[in-house]
Amino acid sequence: MKSILDILTDIRPEFDFSTSQDYLADGMLDSFDMLALVSDLDREFGIRIEGTEILPENFCNLQAIRNLLSKHGVAA
Amino acid sequence: MNLVFRGKRIEGLLAVLPANERLFIDEMDQFDFPRARSLKLKEVMGYDRHRIVDGPVCVSDLAVAGFEHLFAQGVLDRDGFDALILVTQSPDYFMPATSSVIQGRLGLKQDMFCMDINQGCAGFLIGLYQAFMLLEQPAIRRVALINADVMSRKVSMHDRNSYPLIGDAASITLVGRDDNDTLIHANLKMDGSRSDALKIPAGGWREPSSAETRTPHADAEGNLRARDNLVMDGSAVFNFVQTEVPPMIESLLATAGADAAAVDTYLFHQPNRFMLQKLADKMQVPYTKMPSNVVEHFGNSSGVTIPLAIALNLRERVLRETLTAVLGGFGVGLTWSSMLLPLGPMAFCDMINYPGVS
Repeated sequence: MKSILDILTDIRPEFDFSTSQDYLADGMLDSFDMLALVSDLDREFGIRIEGTEILPENFCNLQAIRNLLSKHGVAA
Repeated sequence: MNLVFRGKRIEGLLAVLPANERLFIDEMDQFDFPRARSLKLKEVMGYDRHRIVDGPVCVSDLAVAGFEHLFAQGVLDRDGFDALILVTQSPDYFMPATSSVIQGRLGLKQDMFCMDINQGCAGFLIGLYQAFMLLEQPAIRRVALINADVMSRKVSMHDRNSYPLIGDAASITLVGRDDNDTLIHANLKMDGSRSDALKIPAGGWREPSSAETRTPHADAEGNLRARDNLVMDGSAVFNFVQTEVPPMIESLLATAGADAAAVDTYLFHQPNRFMLQKLADKMQVPYTKMPSNVVEHFGNSSGVTIPLAIALNLRERVLRETLTAVLGGFGVGLTWSSMLLPLGPMAFCDMINYPGVS
């Protein structure tokens, strides 16, 4: 199974996602990348992130994404 | 607000599509993004191809071609309707109303109620409400509702947010009285405080078109567009739809006393496949009951996507049976609306190409 960092790097291979605390403010993810990320997380972890959860604060850094996944019963 | 109509039905519909088809894969280099990211977008959003007008084709051209097809097929008489409603965001002129232009070009009778409505992605429902209300008049026996847009002419071809999904199309929906006196339940909300989310900033009276408003500028994501072009706050629109639509549908079914399991099909406006599938997930509607394939075949043609979805996915069924359908429209305004109605049997349900008949 891929890690969250693997998935992020697949989407934007030019960035190191392990250090930034705000992927959107740092220009590493845009709004479409966020949708691509949701699609990949859904598929990789067998979950369905809700449309109302697709907010910048849920995808701004690694911990925020982990917190969102944990709501769906995924420890990543 | 909740709305109720009685004794009205959709008698038939025709979709008119520009024959000019463009493939997303051929257009990717127009955008200032790596091909890999554009391909990812294609996979997630369902972009594949879209139909856009070739040259200075206007809404009235698509509509007139559609009507002439119906007249030639013998499914509609030139005197067979008493009102002409056009829902569009891309009229031929500021004035006169394009519905009047269409009336004139078709040589229709003078006993005719012509009306233009400026609406977009909820425009099929808004047009139906107007048609239903006009049918309360004894003199109006049948209404021809046109939904049509040529928005590709207002979208920058270097705007990855909007250009890949835009589609041009028209539909003609005949609306008449139903002897069965069936109830149609609907609801509607509007929020003008969020009207900036979908906008063409310049070109009207507030900010007339000029050399400056025609000059493209890059946004933070690298999209090039001018103030004369459509601009969409994609995140705001996405959140608006995901937040407002599911409770709207729940409220509709509760008000109508209808069981969700008894709904045969959910026909929603189609901005992209991802957005619709997230709605279906939230509402626990099987994807098979909620078609999401209009954008991948034709693009997002605003108010035409619902009639187009019917013609593309349900033609054979609506010609011979009655489906319990939930329609949902959401977009510019902001506007969101839904309707529960029996759909079919229709006298006709077709798609044609412009120019030429498919």
